[in-house]
Amino acid sequence: MSKVPVSMTINGETYSGDVEPRMLLVHFIREVAGLTGTHIGCDTTSCGACTIQLDGMPIKSCTMFAVQANGHSLKTVEGLATGAEMHPIQEGFMVNHGLQCGYCTPGMMMTSLALLAENPNPSELEIRTAISGNLCRCTGYVNIVRSIQYAADKMREPELAAAGQGD
Amino acid sequence: MIPGKFEYHVPADVGQAAALLRHYDGEAKILAGGQSLIPMMRFRLAQPEHLIDLSKVPGLSYIEERDGHLAIGALTTESELEHNATIRDRYPILKDATDVIADPLVRNLATVGGNIAHADPANDHPAVLLALRADVVATGVDGHRVIPIDEFFLDTFVTGLEPDEILTEIRIPTAKSGTGSAYLKLERKVGDYAIGAVAVSMVVRDGVIAEAGVAMTNVSPYPVRAVQTEAALVGRPATAATFAAAAETASQECEPSGDNRGPEEYKRAVIRTLAERAFSLAAERAN
Ligand SMILES: Cc1cc2nc3c(=O)[nH]c(=O)nc-3n(C[C@H](O)[C@H](O)[C@H](O)COP(=O)(O)OP(=O)(O)OC[C@H]3O[C@@H](n4cnc5c(N)ncnc54)[C@H](O)[C@@H]3O)c2cc1C
Ligand code: FES
Ligand code: FES
Repeated sequence: MSKVPVSMTINGETYSGDVEPRMLLVHFIREVAGLTGTHIGCDTTSCGACTIQLDGMPIKSCTMFAVQANGHSLKTVEGLATGAEMHPIQEGFMVNHGLQCGYCTPGMMMTSLALLAENPNPSELEIRTAISGNLCRCTGYVNIVRSIQYAADKMREPELAAAGQGD
Repeated sequence: MIPGKFEYHVPADVGQAAALLRHYDGEAKILAGGQSLIPMMRFRLAQPEHLIDLSKVPGLSYIEERDGHLAIGALTTESELEHNATIRDRYPILKDATDVIADPLVRNLATVGGNIAHADPANDHPAVLLALRADVVATGVDGHRVIPIDEFFLDTFVTGLEPDEILTEIRIPTAKSGTGSAYLKLERKVGDYAIGAVAVSMVVRDGVIAEAGVAMTNVSPYPVRAVQTEAALVGRPATAATFAAAAETASQECEPSGDNRGPEEYKRAVIRTLAERAFSLAAERAN
């Protein structure tokens, strides 16, 4: 069974390679693209540590073949920061102790990024629903929810400031 | 874990996909959202020699009301159903179900067609579509045919699809006035399959249940309509007493087996409670 060529954009850069069709996308990301921020926490599509964005949509990259992502645009946790400047979501997790061991964190952040793009001011219930496919064995989730709320507030600051000036 | 080796095919239309299925005669499997198939391949519970990816086949993802039914394209994802206004306003049972299928990340890829083509008695859409008396459209090299849902599920993981047929559309009869429906599921945690679940769709006229469709999830070897429970509803007043009696019938009629989600007796009790609540919720929605 021959290898097939695949090419995809990850965080704005193109990565190509000849892969076996059975290669899982998460293995392409970690081993071919060398982006090891995306984690693997289970064999059963349960944990969400492998969450990335495929064309802006959060998915579990352990449950897709690399060949299926051919031609698509992906974003991983490495794509969050701008140079040395953290993304508000990363800052939120740091300030609010949204992580302990950090294993779930890349996946949590990629799910949060998608949530905030769709719903800039989510309620606690909406946050908890959105991250319900991402398991955390350390934090008990309370600080993760706070981290995402922090990011939501920070990302809305320019908009709120503009509205404030209008008064 | 790593799946076994396979060859990957990306047909450009349904005709090509059906021709590939016929050509590889039993060696090939369709890949839709992959959210059931890939986990099974990772455990080597499935080892197809060929995978036929439908992602480049256009025109299989839609939700439209037409010709007396709601047509849902097989590749429509659970997320698309979840966020669709027609579904939310007119087919609440489908919204109830998508909300409790897997988790939001899985729902972004999982398709409705895959959910029923997989014919897993633990999947949630089979019971819902049985209760709604849906039809399934199968497309092969020689054209289309319509399979009534009652003839679709033949055994655990076995459907009425021919080896070279692709499930292309699901048709749900347009909700008549006085229709109410609901799907209630008990799960241990988000992302788990049902301990048990009850799907019901009923038409209530002048306080009397004129029609009823009932089916249950994960409490029988394969998805099937609960005909005795339906009979316990039809022709009777839409009252709490009727619902309690019919829920008792449902708990007798289901065939759960004990496993790590609980023993048989517990599951029968779960079904009784869920059925009673689902029947009253459906009746409430019928108004
Ligand atoms: C963690 C997790 C939790 C889950 N929890 C639930 C749950 O609670 N309830 C639930 O109902 N489901 C659950 N699922 C299953 C999920 O909803 C499945 O993805 C879905 O049932 C199958 O859809 P798919 O598009 O992913 O199909 P695939 O995995 O691509 O395919 C499944 C099977 O159907 C066949 N197939 C797919 N599409 C077609 C077609 N159009 N024509 C012919 N054959 C086809 C494939 O060949 C394969 O045999 C869960 C999955 C995961 C990973
Ligand atoms: S690694 Fe656990 S869901 Fe992907
Ligand atoms: S911080 Fe350890 S799993 Fe979430």
